[in-house]
Amino acid sequence: MMRELLSGNEAIAEGIFEAGVRVAVGYPGTPSTEILQNVVKHPQVYAEWCPNEKVALEVAFGASFAGRRSIAVMKHVGLNVAADPLFTFSYTGVNAGCVIITADDPGMHSSQNEQANRHYARAAKIPMFEPTNSQEAKDLLKVAFDVSERFDTPVLYRITTRVAHSSTIVDLGRREKEYEMPIGHDAESMRKFVMVPANARVKHTRIEQRLMDLQEFSNEFNKIEWKGKKVGIVTNGVARHYAREVFPDASILKLLMSWPIPDERVRELADAVDQLIIIEELDPIIEETIKVMGIDCIGKDKVPITGELSPDVLRRAFFDLDEAHEVIGLPDIPPRPPVMCPGCPHRGLFYMLKKFDLIVSGDIGCYTLAVLPPLSAMDTCLCMGASVSGAHGMEKAIKEEQARRVVSVIGDSTFVHSDITGLVNTVYNKGTSTIILLDNRTTAMTGGQHHPATGRTLEGEETNRLDFVKVAKAVGVEYVQKFDPYDLDETKDALMKALQFKGTNVMISTRPCVLAPRKIRFDHVVWSDTDNCKRCGMCLKLGCPAIERHEPGTDGEKFDVIVNDELCVGCDLCLQMCKFDALKRREG
Amino acid sequence: MVVDEGVTNILMCGVGGQGVILASNITSTAAMLAGFEVKKSEVHGMSQRGGSVVTHVRYGESVSSPLISKGRADYMLAFERLEALRYIEYLGEHAIAILNTRRMIPTTVSSGPFEYPDDIEVHLGRNIPVIVVDGPGIARKVGNVRTANTVIVGALSAKLDIPLEIWKAAVHRSVPPGTEEINMKAFEEGRKLAGSQG
Ligand SMILES: Cc1ncc(C[n+]2csc(CCOP(=O)(O)OP(=O)(O)O)c2C)c(N)n1
Repeated sequence: MMRELLSGNEAIAEGIFEAGVRVAVGYPGTPSTEILQNVVKHPQVYAEWCPNEKVALEVAFGASFAGRRSIAVMKHVGLNVAADPLFTFSYTGVNAGCVIITADDPGMHSSQNEQANRHYARAAKIPMFEPTNSQEAKDLLKVAFDVSERFDTPVLYRITTRVAHSSTIVDLGRREKEYEMPIGHDAESMRKFVMVPANARVKHTRIEQRLMDLQEFSNEFNKIEWKGKKVGIVTNGVARHYAREVFPDASILKLLMSWPIPDERVRELADAVDQLIIIEELDPIIEETIKVMGIDCIGKDKVPITGELSPDVLRRAFFDLDEAHEVIGLPDIPPRPPVMCPGCPHRGLFYMLKKFDLIVSGDIGCYTLAVLPPLSAMDTCLCMGASVSGAHGMEKAIKEEQARRVVSVIGDSTFVHSDITGLVNTVYNKGTSTIILLDNRTTAMTGGQHHPATGRTLEGEETNRLDFVKVAKAVGVEYVQKFDPYDLDETKDALMKALQFKGTNVMISTRPCVLAPRKIRFDHVVWSDTDNCKRCGMCLKLGCPAIERHEPGTDGEKFDVIVNDELCVGCDLCLQMCKFDALKRREG
Repeated sequence: MVVDEGVTNILMCGVGGQGVILASNITSTAAMLAGFEVKKSEVHGMSQRGGSVVTHVRYGESVSSPLISKGRADYMLAFERLEALRYIEYLGEHAIAILNTRRMIPTTVSSGPFEYPDDIEVHLGRNIPVIVVDGPGIARKVGNVRTANTVIVGALSAKLDIPLEIWKAAVHRSVPPGTEEINMKAFEEGRKLAGSQG
């Protein structure tokens, strides 16, 4: 047997392979992205990136209807996008098994919110599984597929950042024979899969019964790890390991299947111990369910409802043990937030937006980093696709001359994901805002994945490349400009023309990401000539991490500017900022 | 009962792009090949964009939490000086810190109100030994600046009871194909340096 150290995501990819899944689809999103990227290693599984999560879930539904196992993979907020198909998929049920992976991000390491997606299992009345390490991440997937088929239901499979991105040792296995069912294509199948009210009413009754059957299964499946009788703990996901470390003598009911909650097992534990504690990240879903059963327990009165848990957080919550490790007398530690890379093609545009003092309806991607100083050039960021539609709302709410100052910025992947409809809306309702499409030809924020406008599939094969100019023209945009964001004058000109145009108009930037699909370095780097430098600080306004301010400077100056030549890629943006010939090119 | 008795806790911190993840891959692979249970935890995503990066590596007979608790790290590998201070609360009483000389000025200093602190060794070394490693200098001598991270792992290896043969295998399995030899050289230089210190 093969043993490997795998991240939760790598292990799930192996689980997808071993479970005989035929179709695996998704849209990138931290912390779920590496799952499909690793599935590609197994040509037996068909895998693709979809433009968004709703499309992905519908593709998975189609594959399940066609009688083959399928899986849709997304980050937690992706499930909001896919919620519409999810709730009715619960009604139709499956033909072959279908699992939906939701990768939640307690602590918001890389997300815009920390919603608890366990609510979705309850709301859609479907089962949820939650692995706690990589071995379980792989093995539990097979159970999830069996349950999907046995109980005729889509299954939610929830991981968190800490499971997805922690590595533990995994024993690998073989691929199961693929599960195959014929397509029904008859009256019975139509009653099952066509959700008109008459069919759906019948289905709702069945789903309530299905939940009771699932609860029985949950009672058999979830196990109590018996130890002492003083403290009993009910927990889910990675929190189980924290609970074990902090309460070594407690008996623990770990909910590998976290919905429906196994009522009999909970009662059994509650009856046996002096005190019942519920340890769950984010919302008190287990706790509330148990309290409704009339069982007294400790939960969110001690365990924080916000953020990620850890052994430290639990110790602080229950034993007040934190201050011990505080180190006194430290200097102020400068934060080190993520920043746009040196040479990032987004930088020049945001410098101009800031200079023009425009109201920027923002979106999600690397460009969102423009909100940080010194660029500080973004006014809103809500969810993927909200920039264009949001800008339209701003425009309609305020006076015309103010409205001229509203622009939206959106990445290529995000535009395809969910703002083509926003653009349609702006044109349809006679908006005049400027839409700036930052086409760096990749999904950079999540590590550089292909999408419908890169011309390549997940597997790297060539395919049709969505043409943004044609799309804009097709939906009725009259004025489309392309601009080179490495050229500040050209960027400024394009922006001025756009702001003067009385109608919906689009600006498209033309430079690719410097990291993906391949690293870009130009044939030179920049160095700073401290003799010429007047310390005006203009170059520092770009917020380029390669341009460093060193204090104190030479010859009694307050500071020197030093360009870090290991980081500089030679985009030359800073050369255009310097009026004193203090930044120069050097072969690098 | 004490959970995770005999577990070795290694905290690695640095800046996105410095190879902290590769360093923790080499270390956790070595621990696995040596027959231990291993848990390694890292957070990707935003941290790759030049932000602060931290990984936790834990190994022993049996390991529960993938996260190291504050005050319990046995080793800290700081790939960048300032980052060592950021995670100083994790250091255990008998910890050893391995500090790379690399200084990377964050934008909050270059175009913000912060100052880059300069007495880092003093704070770090108040209670524990600090091994200072000129990672970039050694890596340049070896022939590739990008192997600075492997130099630091080499230094760590001198302090852990995992046999050299296993480390070699772990380096080979973890580094990009074609760079095995130069990384091994970098590793050995780091190991030599720390072997004579601390
Ligand atoms: C619904 C949803 N799905 C996925 C994500 C994760 N995510 C954040 S931004 C982004 C796309 C970024 O690509 P792009 O718009 O091309 O901008 P870039 O990062 O390349 O600048 C993704 C996939 C999310 N935040 N929300």
